[in-house]
Amino acid sequence: MKVIKELWQSLIDALIGLGSVVRFLLRMLMVTPGALLRFDLIVQQIFNSGALSLVIIMLAGLFVGMVLGLQGFTLLQRFGSEGSLGVAAAIGLVKELGPVITALLFAGRAGTALASELGLMRATDQLSAMEMMAVDPIKRVVAPRFLGGVIAMPLLAAIFSVIGLYGAQLVGVQIMGVDSGSFWSQMRAGVDLRDIREGIVKSLIFGVACSLIAVYEGYYATPTAAGVGRATTRTVVTSAVVVLFLDYLLTSAFL
Amino acid sequence: MPKTSTLNLGTGTFVALGFAALFFLTTQTTSRGLSFGTPPHYDVTAKFDNIGDLRVGSPVSMAGVEIGRVVKIDFDTREYKAVVTMRLNDKYNLIPTDSDASIYTQGLLGGKFIGLTAGGAETYLKNGDQIDFTQSAFVLENLIGQFLANFAKGSGQSGSASSKTDAPAATAPAATEKTK
Repeated sequence: MKVIKELWQSLIDALIGLGSVVRFLLRMLMVTPGALLRFDLIVQQIFNSGALSLVIIMLAGLFVGMVLGLQGFTLLQRFGSEGSLGVAAAIGLVKELGPVITALLFAGRAGTALASELGLMRATDQLSAMEMMAVDPIKRVVAPRFLGGVIAMPLLAAIFSVIGLYGAQLVGVQIMGVDSGSFWSQMRAGVDLRDIREGIVKSLIFGVACSLIAVYEGYYATPTAAGVGRATTRTVVTSAVVVLFLDYLLTSAFL
Repeated sequence: MPKTSTLNLGTGTFVALGFAALFFLTTQTTSRGLSFGTPPHYDVTAKFDNIGDLRVGSPVSMAGVEIGRVVKIDFDTREYKAVVTMRLNDKYNLIPTDSDASIYTQGLLGGKFIGLTAGGAETYLKNGDQIDFTQSAFVLENLIGQFLANFAKGSGQSGSASSKTDAPAATAPAATEKTK
């Protein structure tokens, strides 16, 4: 009986959490037009979560692409169709690996930064001070961070895919000796604009999810040192789970 | 916080790189490329007995040059044939009306495409015309079936020719049956 009661309580808690996330998102969307007027704030956040994540995204993309080239080559060689390496790498990168790995790295690099920054603002009463001065902290602080992340994410994913493609080309063509002509021509024949669109939509939605989780966890962090730490951890864990879950959902929706 | 100029430089570089990457993906990795509006074109149809795995978006080519794409595939319920609508670029508007359309395979196991071969008529295809001479896709299974049938026939003959001892024994029941 007690177990059922606890389960029921945790279900209610989960629903309350989900509801408050959605309400937070709606509140943020309400102030978005106003936040867009202060575009300099958004630019700063694009710098923080986009430009500063560039190096790790490019490095990760290069290595993921190289591994994809190597694995794809050894597998395709068995069927004597190494020429298809280009299309295999491109589809894999653009549709799956690009958006997903970028989102996971984004949650680790930019999401934690957002959550701890906002959490610390909460802990040091900066957010309350703003409210005191009749400045809406959601409009002034939270929405620009959210929008910056949403704008940065598809661009990061695209950069990841292109660098990954270069990595696959590097291993497949330069090292393993796949014919460069068939690598690119089969890619062009096999990849459709629909695949690219799927990648962009996915990365956009992942961007919304990751940024939302980060600012939510930060904004509602317990105002203590331990609370900020917990908010940061939860940002990464929740983002990873949500991204992978959404990825399955979106992939099946696009099929 | 970095200085404003550094900030702008960093953000600008990042956004430019991002859009360059998107541009690369949409133009270099796909065959479509960026199409700003559709170029002038005209549609012609053709009826095939079997189109194999021809799909919307498959290329239409003439002498190996891509001149259009398949835009619609329909089924004629009265003739039981596939009706393929092709959208051809207006640049190539001097295709004789008695040209024939065949479905070929790209590479050994690649996708299908339509190849047009020019006829000799003086009149040219216009929007809404139909190509009457068509050749269906060759279906690999049918070909293998045919090949196996020929092979069986061929080996049967050669077998009876080479091993004479078996031949009478094999034909004997048949012969007896005939005499009955």
